[in-house]
Amino acid sequence: MADTNPIDQFKIKTIADISVGDLNLSFTNSSYFMLVAAILVMGLLAMAMSKRALVPNRAQSVAELMYEFVAGMIRSTAGDKGLKFFPFVFSLFAFILMGNMLGMLPYFPAPDFKGFTFTSHIIVTFALAMLVILVVVGYGVINHGLKFFSFLFPAGVPWPLWILLTPIELISFLSRPITLGVRLFANMLAGHILLKVFASFIVMLGSVGALGAIGAVAPFVMVVALTALEFLVAFLQAYVFAVLTCIYLSDALDPGHH
Amino acid sequence: MAIEAPGEGAEYAAEAAFPPFDPTYFASQLFWLAISFALLYFVLSRLILPRIGGAIEERKDKIADNLDAAADMKSQADETVEAYEKELAEARTRAQAVAAEAKAEVDKEIAEATRQADTELEAKLVESEKRIQAAREAALADVKTIASEAAAAAAEHLAGLDVSEADAAKAVDAARG
Repeated sequence: MADTNPIDQFKIKTIADISVGDLNLSFTNSSYFMLVAAILVMGLLAMAMSKRALVPNRAQSVAELMYEFVAGMIRSTAGDKGLKFFPFVFSLFAFILMGNMLGMLPYFPAPDFKGFTFTSHIIVTFALAMLVILVVVGYGVINHGLKFFSFLFPAGVPWPLWILLTPIELISFLSRPITLGVRLFANMLAGHILLKVFASFIVMLGSVGALGAIGAVAPFVMVVALTALEFLVAFLQAYVFAVLTCIYLSDALDPGHH
Repeated sequence: MAIEAPGEGAEYAAEAAFPPFDPTYFASQLFWLAISFALLYFVLSRLILPRIGGAIEERKDKIADNLDAAADMKSQADETVEAYEKELAEARTRAQAVAAEAKAEVDKEIAEATRQADTELEAKLVESEKRIQAAREAALADVKTIASEAAAAAAEHLAGLDVSEADAAKAVDAARG
């Protein structure tokens, strides 16, 4: 009997115990999937570009398409100046996309043969979001000094209104890493739970008898539809994360144009 | 396992933490995320992305080069066509000039020849008229002689008169008035 607990898929299992002092740095199934995602992205892109032909084959076309896609995304949101962050945004996009897509596989050549979605763990998505915000603030402060914080005082507004607007801007700025991280995490978590819940309905109904087995067709159809939807969400959330990163980066590139 | 595995099955609802919020593995997650992402970032930014960008750039350059070459060739072809047309027009003008010159020359020659022929004909005509005049005069003179001879002969025959030639001529002249 398959286990029907929809939360099980998020459990972290230690593969190799590693601890430094009090810190538990164990290599887990989550770590495994992160490494696999990184290696897959690198390996697939390297393989696609191995020939580096003038007339690209299919794999190279896909790699170039992805490159142009991310470059276009940066250009349209942050302008040409934003292209200095291209490797960063591309890595984020590719890493999250690969993580989300690996999460769509129910089975995977992992130590326990089960799939795992590291983007469904809030600490991971929050860390990625914090990384983005730190890059934005770091670049902004280094290049513009205190002028970077001029976004707190919107231009073209009579200064007494700043009493009202500055706290709002501050809150919206501080909530960025939270919303950025939670959006990805919640989407992946909710989608995977939903899939598992409907999938467990199939098993439960199927075990009731003939009538149940017929009734199980409904959740089965639902699971198929949800799986398609989840693939869309997996791509979309990686895209949204990358686009928001670009928008926040554009603030760091020229503060004041808020 | 370092962390006790929660029991499978019925008591999962009672488990302490929802796995995504379980802080037990936060350090491990962050550590391995940092390693994976840093690895990915460095390999992509140093090796793979420049390779993809280079390939795209190279293709763009190649296409731009080819387009430039094509534009060059086209302008060259245009120039050649222009030069050809210019030469053709020049040749045509020259040919027309030559033709006009030749025509003028021929016209002149024809006029000259016509004039010469006219003069010759005129001269011949005048001479002929002179000759005819002379012939007529001669004939007329002959007629006079014949008439006077005939008159003398007639007079001798009819009247038996012996008329001298001079008298006969006088009589003929008088008769002719």
